[in-house]
Parts: sequence; C-alpha cells; structure tokens
Amino acid sequence: MKQKLYISGMILGATKKSIVILGNGISGITTARHLRKKTDYSITVISEEAPFFFSRTALMYVYMGHMQFEHTQPYEADFWEKNKIQLIQKRVIQLDSENQQLLFDDKSSLSYDNLVLACGSIPNRFGWPGQDLKAVQGLYHKQDLDNLEKWSDSIHEATVIGGGLIGIELVEMLHSRGKKVHFLIRESSFWNTVLPPEESELVNQHIRAHGIDLLLLSELKSIKGDTDGRVCAVKTKDGKELPSEFVGLTVGVSPNVAFLKESGLAIGKGILVNRFLETNLPNIYAIGDCAEQQEPLPGRSAIESVWYTGRMMGETLAQTLAGKKTAYQPGPWFNSAKFFDIEYQTYGQISPSPDKKKENQIYWQHPNKNCAIRLSFDPNSMKILGGLSLGIRMRHATFDQWLTQNYQIEEVIKNLDAAFFDQEFSLNYLKEFQNEWELKKSEFAFRL
Amino acid sequence: MFSIKRQGSIGLGLLGLTLLFFALIIPIENKTAYLGISFLLLTLGGLFYFNAIYGNTLAGIKNDGVWFNALSTRGISGWILGMFLTAFYIAIYWFPEVLGYNEQGVSTGLVALFDPLSYLLNGNAATQWFLYGTLYTFAIILFGIKFIWKYWGNRYQLFRTLSVIFFQFCFAFFIPEILSKLNPDTPYFAKDLKNMWPLNYYFLDQWHLKNMLNGGNLGLFFLVFGLVMIFIISPILTYRYGKRWYCSWVCGCGALAETAGDPFRQLSSKKLSVWKFERWMIHAVLVFVVVTTIAAMWSFLTDNPELSFMTRGQFISGVVIVLIILMLTLFFWNKNGLEKDAKYTLISLGTILTLILSIQSFSGQYTILFIDAYSFQKWYGFGIGAAFSGVLGVGFYPFLGSRVWCRFGCPMAAILGLQQRLFSRFRITTNGGQCISCGNCSTYCEMGIDVRAYAQRGENIVRSSCVGCGICASVCPRGVLKLENGELEGRINTTAYPLGNNMEVNP
Repeated sequence: MKQKLYISGMILGATKKSIVILGNGISGITTARHLRKKTDYSITVISEEAPFFFSRTALMYVYMGHMQFEHTQPYEADFWEKNKIQLIQKRVIQLDSENQQLLFDDKSSLSYDNLVLACGSIPNRFGWPGQDLKAVQGLYHKQDLDNLEKWSDSIHEATVIGGGLIGIELVEMLHSRGKKVHFLIRESSFWNTVLPPEESELVNQHIRAHGIDLLLLSELKSIKGDTDGRVCAVKTKDGKELPSEFVGLTVGVSPNVAFLKESGLAIGKGILVNRFLETNLPNIYAIGDCAEQQEPLPGRSAIESVWYTGRMMGETLAQTLAGKKTAYQPGPWFNSAKFFDIEYQTYGQISPSPDKKKENQIYWQHPNKNCAIRLSFDPNSMKILGGLSLGIRMRHATFDQWLTQNYQIEEVIKNLDAAFFDQEFSLNYLKEFQNEWELKKSEFAFRL
Repeated sequence: MFSIKRQGSIGLGLLGLTLLFFALIIPIENKTAYLGISFLLLTLGGLFYFNAIYGNTLAGIKNDGVWFNALSTRGISGWILGMFLTAFYIAIYWFPEVLGYNEQGVSTGLVALFDPLSYLLNGNAATQWFLYGTLYTFAIILFGIKFIWKYWGNRYQLFRTLSVIFFQFCFAFFIPEILSKLNPDTPYFAKDLKNMWPLNYYFLDQWHLKNMLNGGNLGLFFLVFGLVMIFIISPILTYRYGKRWYCSWVCGCGALAETAGDPFRQLSSKKLSVWKFERWMIHAVLVFVVVTTIAAMWSFLTDNPELSFMTRGQFISGVVIVLIILMLTLFFWNKNGLEKDAKYTLISLGTILTLILSIQSFSGQYTILFIDAYSFQKWYGFGIGAAFSGVLGVGFYPFLGSRVWCRFGCPMAAILGLQQRLFSRFRITTNGGQCISCGNCSTYCEMGIDVRAYAQRGENIVRSSCVGCGICASVCPRGVLKLENGELEGRINTTAYPLGNNMEVNP
C-alpha cells in the first residue's frame, strides 16, 4: 500500500530525488528528519524490526515496567505522514547497486537515487556450545525484548555473560522482575576496559549491593540444555555450574552487514566510509553502528556504536544529501550510562590506565556515597583532557567549552562549580574535590 | 515474605478505612476512641506498606512495575478506587446528608464521628467540609511520607514535599480552624492564607467580601493579604522561580496531586491534540473566572456603596485600563518570538474586555450580556469549583492522572502559567547532547508535557503548564534535565542541533 503511494508519487513528481534510508534507528531517522526540513525529496525509511522509530536504549524500561513500548516512540504515528516520510516495514535481502535498487524478501524491489545504510548492529556470539538453545539471546532488537518477555514468567535464575553496558542493563532488568541473576564477566572488574579501576570497583560493589551474583574473571565454557532444548545451566571455565533458565549473551555488538557481503560494498568489520560517510559505491552512504571509518578520527574508534555518534552522523549526512557536502566532525567525545542507580557521564579522554607521561588524572570519591569525579589533563601543558563522573551530573556545554578551548586544569578546578548539573538543593562536592587537588597538586608538579 | 508484609499492611489500612465508613451505618458511642483507632490503623497500615516496598531498597528511581500495576494503569483496582473517590466527592458536594450531615440539626454518621476533633480545633460540631479537610490533610501527610521515602536521597523532592505538607497542615487546616475558634462571632470567610484568588474563586464575591469587611481586624487582614498576594507577592515569586513556587510547593491541590496522586502521574496524556485542547480550555476557564469575579464586584458595588471606596463606574474603568495596558504590553512584546502564546493571551484578554464593556453598554444592574451576574457565580461554583476541581480533579486520578484539574481547569495555574511563559526566570535546562530519547521524562510528567521533544533537540523547556515538580529531572537516566532560574535573555532557545556536532550549519 505504502509502496504504491510511493510509486504513484514518483510518476506524478518524476523529478523529485528519492532518498531511501535502510534502518529506522536514531541514525536513519535523524537523517530523514533533517533532510525533510531542508528539501522536498521523496524520503523512504525501511525497517524490518518495527513500524515506527523507537528509542533502543529505552527497551530496558519497558521490561522493567517503567514505560510501555509506545512511550519509547518519540513521535506520534501521524508525524511521519505529516512530514511525508514514508515508512516500509519489510526485510531487505539484497542490494543491487548497479540498478540502484533494493530487493525485499517478498520479491518486490525499490529503487533509489541515494541510499543511506543505517542498519545498525547485531549481538556477538562466539560459537559457544549451546548458544542456540532456547532462552539464550542477546538484547538489541525489539524482538529480543519480546522473546525475553515470553520466557520471563518461567525464569527464576538467569545468567548474563559479558560485562558491558548492555550486560549490566540486562542484569538490572532481570533483577527488577525478581530473578536471581549471575553476572559473568571475563575481566577482573566491571567494564574496566573503559572505566578506571576505582570507578570500576565502585560499580562492582554497587552491583553486589543489589544482590547480584557478580562473577569476575569468569569465562563461559558451555551452555547446557534440558530435554526440551531450553537452557538449564551455564558452565564456566573454572568448573562452576550455574543453574539458569535464561542466558543473556551481551558480549558486544558487530555491524549488521551480512546481507551486504555480495553487494560490492567495501566491508571491513563494518561498511567502510570516508569522512563524508560515502561508501566505495556511488550514491550509497553508511552511518551509525554499521559504518566503519576508513581513517578513524584522532583518538576515536573506527566503529562508534553509541546513540550520540549515530545521531551526529545522521545530522551530517542530511547536510550532504541536501547539497552541502559536509564531513563527519564530531566535537569532543561524550557518553553516558546508568549502572543500576549510579549515573555515569564522561567527556573527552579518560584512559582506564593512562600513560602518565601523556595523561595524568585527579580523582575524588565520596567516602560512603556512590559519587566520584575524575579529571584528566596533559602533564606537560596542564590542559584539561577529560572528565568523568559517577553519581554526579555534569554540564555538557561547560565541559565542551573547556575541552575545545583547551582550558588549564587549574582554571577548570577553580570553576568546577559551573559544571555541576544536579537537581537544585543537591549536595555539591566542589570543596572536597578542590581539597583533593590541593593535596595532590605538589605531586603532579613534582612529576613535571 | 515481601508480599505477606505488603498484603498485611494493605489489610490493616483497609480495616481502618472500613471502620471509618462503618460509622455511616452504626451509631458510635465513644467517638474519640473510635476515630483515633481508625486513623491509627490507617497510619500504621500506610507506614508498614511503605516500609515493605521501600524499606530495604537503595536510593534510586522506584518505578519498577508501575505499568504492571492495575491500580496505577487503569486496571480493575484503579477503576474501583476511581469510582469510590468520585462517589465520595459527589456526596461531599451535593449530598452531604448521605455522610450524616444535617444542616438544621445534629449531624450523625461519618460527619458526627469527627465532632470530637472539630470541637477541639474550632469549637463547633463537624461539618462535611471539616470531615473532608481532615481526610485531605491526612492523605497529604501520609502519602507525603511515602513520596519522601520513594525519592530518598533527592533533596529537591524532599524539601518540596516537606513544603507542601507544611502549607497544607498549617495554612489550610490548623491555623484556619484555630482562628475560627478564637473568633467565634465573626462571619465566615476563607482563612487559608495561601488559597488565593482565582483558585479561591469566591474571594471577591459579594457575601465573602462583606463577611471579610464585617470580620473586624482579622477580616480586613485577610482581605488585604489576599490582595497583596494576588498583585505583589505572586508576580514577584513567579518571576523569580516560575509557577512552581505555588503549584508544587504551596498549593493544596498540588499537594494532594504530588503525594496521594503520585502513583497516577504517568496517566496524563501527552498527545499533541490534548495539548491543543488544554490551551483552549485553560484560557476559557480563565476568562470565565475573571468575568465572574468582575460581575461579583459589580453587584457588590451596586448593593453596598457604603462599604466601598469607589463607584462601580470607576471600578469598571479601572479594569478596562489595566486590561488595555496588559494587551498593549503583550502586543509590543510579541516581537520576541512568542507569537503563539501571546496570541492566546491576547485573545483571552480581548474576550474579557469585550464582556466587561458589555456591562456598561447593554446591561442593567446585575447582568452581563443579559445574563444575571449571580448565575455566573453559581455556574462557576458548580461547574468549575465543584465538578471540575473536585470530582474530575481528584475522583478521576486513577483514570486521567493526578493533575487534570491543574492542567485543564485551574484559573490560578493559567495566570501563573502565562507569566511563567512570558516573564519569568524559570526554565528546565537540557544538558547539551546527552538525551537518548528514552521517554521517561515525558511518561512521568503529570502535566502531560512531552519533555523529551525538547530534550532530544537540546532545547530548554519553557512551558506555561510546567508546575516544576522536578520529576522529569529525577527520573532521567542520563542527567539531562535541570530546573533552573536564570537570565530572561536566551531562555527560550531553538537550536538547530543538540550539542556534540562540530560541523558548520547552514544559517
């Protein structure tokens, strides 16, 4: 039906350029919205997963009962029609770049003038024995949420494997519904590839305070099934057997590119793109989780699978498609998360184990509350490099300014008050942090 | 274990409630003891329950399972509660005799059960309004404790809740009752200092004005204080802090919504169409209350020239001049990019002006547009004062959310809201590019504001309806929202992109 409309639109306004966006996540939808503001092109968004854009990061709150699925959709259903953004819910099986068209699993096709690939990621699986048993899954798609809900009532005990952001979310979700949860982490401490040791330890303790069975330095050996083919236990490499009616595999995600292998697109781990988000094929672009920068930006990963970068790539590409060729140029890195009750924000560069010649850090932690602040700086120029906070909200705009304008660390600490973003009447730990700096300052100077 | 504690405490509370309503059927001998035991059971049931659900938890957001709970999502228990509340309100307003109230003689039943407390506080037998006020205040204190427990560790929510409890208990309940006891011979007038016009719509009605003027020093004090509140204190506080200083820190309706109504806040509709309806509705009520009040003043000045210091002609001219000044100010301010909101306000003011001028040109002594001035008051009292604020406002908590009255019907909220949008330092700041569009803020906004729509664009939220409860900021998982007071300049910002992208943007 929708496709018919689209085709008749093509006939009536034959000159209108048609932009087809594959994927209705934050990257694809941002492109569509900004492009609509700037042009009258025909815009079509394809998704197999869901009819309307929803916030992927909010799926956890649906399972926890904070919201209904509808609440995760930032726009009302008639928004798309009003803005003449056509939505197609179908599965694309092939890209025919020669004829500039996409083929669907129902044998129909759709041609494009410009194609935007924003097809996201898929959860990783590393070939563990038993990984295909029933009630073994990742948490990424809407369908994963539906499946989890389907199993939910029959879960008493569950194991989540992989200590990253999705892992801890899944642990919190299961815990909120009264399940006993084992949290299996390969590393010696939670997310310590990103978090410095003190913060990581603080989160470890918080996870345990919630009654989670946190197993550090533990690796999955195999997953055991029952006679119905459903998981019943998890075996670890150190010989433990954890009874589990559900297993969450949250060991990272990879670009969702399998269906593009034969398309002629240059693919590494993801779809290779240049700074302008162009692929090797004409009129085809890739953004978001599925894109891999041929030359990563200084200090950044080639694949950045976070919400914010997806959005920024979408904003950038809309400019290019609207006729103003624009390079992907994100400002200083920032990210955020929440570990159970502890909010986490980070700005710029905070290395988990910094090379002290290039990056020095000052850290303060509340003696008994889940609050901590860390700032990093260049020990030679004394310029600020980054900031990280747990349990304390920081003002993005202030940090952005400090980082882009290369503020001195002294100056930053003196004015740290300007960065606090907690609700009014919240306790403010400015003095404590400044005292910590005064104590440690001589030590840093000595290193100089 | 947990569920035994929960069910046991709910049972205890329900027993208390049942005992109370048993007084409708069975004559009570020892009222003091009976009332005391009922309230004790209610209190203990409540406290045990709050302890069961929050007692062993870490500080954090406690919204787990909100959408699985029938009570808070229009399930069967929600419907039962809603119908019970609605029935109670209908009885209070229109059939108090059902509760045992006897206007001519000695009350019986539930109303009479409250006699001991009423004699103690104000020296008279209980009325249905005393019964209502007591239960209302009790609910705010009890569920206020729950709210504080729920948001333990959040000092904004703590102070705000202590504030509404304080103002309800002292200003709306305790002080007015004591003042009545100390001044038994003065005619009745409202003694709740914080209940200002136009929320207290009869403040300037003929009978109320007369009673205040005949109420000695106390009456005069309340009259002067009421006027000072309307014209001086409120505009200053709203300029400095937004309408939250009243709506979610002081107001009694707000107090009930924020405490007992908290489990229902997520039921408010966030649809664009409802927002449009809200804007028309709230302005219509505003026009209605202003015209009603002016009509009341008109008839007061007509009937009591000896009590007044101006003639009705002077009064009407004064009002017309004030309205014209307001309209002109708005008209010239229009250039600041407030077209839509200013338009609504202009239309409202224009309507009021037209209606008032019609007093002069068309009407006899008591009529506006051929309608009896008194019937304006009567219909306002019935439609807005009772049906809307009471029955719909509270009775429908479990159906439409906790702030239906505040959002669609409260003329006070309308006036404060106009000022908040046009002339106030208050705004909700969004934190650069940190929003992940999850929707918790919008879901838990009791006023039905789609907070996320602003946050995900990196835009400040400056909405006339925002009561500043701060829950959006509390439930945000990424630290994106902060209620702030700041400079007027630049508080309404419509940025092209949220912070984070360094690309050059087309102007």
